[in-house]
Amino acid sequence: MMADEPAYAPLDPDVRPRLPRGARLAHNEAQGGWVLLAPERVFKADVIAVEIIKRCDGKATLCEIVDDLAEAYSAPRERILADVTALLRGLAEKRLLEL
Amino acid sequence: MTVHDTQMQALPRVAPLARPLGMLAELTHRCPLGCPYCSNPLELDSRQGELDTATWVRVFEEAGALGVLQVHLSGGEPAARRDLLDITAAARGAGLYTNLITSGVGIDLRRLKALADAGLDHVQISIQDSVPASADKIAGYEGAFARKSALAADVKALGLPLTVNAVIHRANIDRIGDLVTMALAMGASRVEIAHVQYYGWALRNRAALMPRRDQVERAVSVVEELRRRHRGAIVIDSVVPDYHARFPKPCVGGWGQRSLNVTPTGKVLPCHAAETIPGLEFWSVRDHSLTDIWTSSPAFTAFRGTDYLPDPCKSCERREIDFGGCRCQAFALTGDARATDPVCHLSPHHAEVRALAEAEEDADYIYRRQRAGG
Repeated sequence: MMADEPAYAPLDPDVRPRLPRGARLAHNEAQGGWVLLAPERVFKADVIAVEIIKRCDGKATLCEIVDDLAEAYSAPRERILADVTALLRGLAEKRLLEL
Repeated sequence: MTVHDTQMQALPRVAPLARPLGMLAELTHRCPLGCPYCSNPLELDSRQGELDTATWVRVFEEAGALGVLQVHLSGGEPAARRDLLDITAAARGAGLYTNLITSGVGIDLRRLKALADAGLDHVQISIQDSVPASADKIAGYEGAFARKSALAADVKALGLPLTVNAVIHRANIDRIGDLVTMALAMGASRVEIAHVQYYGWALRNRAALMPRRDQVERAVSVVEELRRRHRGAIVIDSVVPDYHARFPKPCVGGWGQRSLNVTPTGKVLPCHAAETIPGLEFWSVRDHSLTDIWTSSPAFTAFRGTDYLPDPCKSCERREIDFGGCRCQAFALTGDARATDPVCHLSPHHAEVRALAEAEEDADYIYRRQRAGG
């Protein structure tokens, strides 16, 4: 599903991503699911984004997050790494993630 | 797998009616500052009529159930409420992203820390100019700039995210670059370059605030350049100076589509200026649930959708983009709230807006003040 997206520069596998203070996931029944909340912004987060973001706790390394997701979803590691990198880079650029 | 970089439209609608994403909670109209561009109404609510703590707690719970994701604790100056801590805790407890919009006057480090501990998510401080003397003059409050700067430092010391809000007008429009530099130095992750919108006190001070066209054109390119230069370091959001525009701004993302506003006394408005439109019936949280008000109150249903719009809007391909512009501005400038917002170059009244945009005078500000006894 990332076929049309630009390639992202690889990240250090030992980086420990985390949400900064002021950005957090929330579940709202009336809005139909998970959202990432930040100053004056709301982002709809789909299931996979939620699974990635939940693991960005400042403790797990990128390498561990990707291993964990690859196992949980029985998906090719390369593909997971590409998806995670794209999401994390995109979030970091919006200042919604600390790398 | 994406986090959609969009506003609310990307959210699935579980009911035919859209659900609000944001709520402006005007806790009080009391404010130590006197900014001449204030969007509060000329007739300010008095302290005696303000909602009590328990009612706000209920409103936040109803807001979360309705789908509201973010609440902006505003005013007036929200710190003028002694129960701000309880109110903040209740908003966060209801699952809402809690944003404090403050003048910076009335909150010391101890109080801020208590708010942070209660779950406050974000702080927005208004700063009137990058030059202290000018900032204090605009605010009508000596020493305001120093107090705001001190609060900004406290916000960062506590690790809270900070937005600097700079309202832009003729007196400071040539210092947008300095304002962004100041916001960066304060540690803000976001800065709002918000050109004055002419409602309430700002409408009254329009000629004293209106920037010249050459200033506006320069400001637009300055913001673009600043965005490029500071990409990844600070988010620069801008509110456009619409009197100088060709197309109108989308009326609060569509009337009764994305947000609601609760006044200090409990009236629920589709936008903060809606009371300027005569004949609208607003319901109060004292008498109705927020869901009932959102769904059925006459003020919310009055301009929902685009069916009521006249030509040129009716057949315009932008009608779902800007909804014919702002209803309050249409009324303020044409006397008809259903008219095309005359900011639009297709409006038959557009020439009048152009003339107003050229009309400036070096009048003294009429500072926002509450009536005695208020």
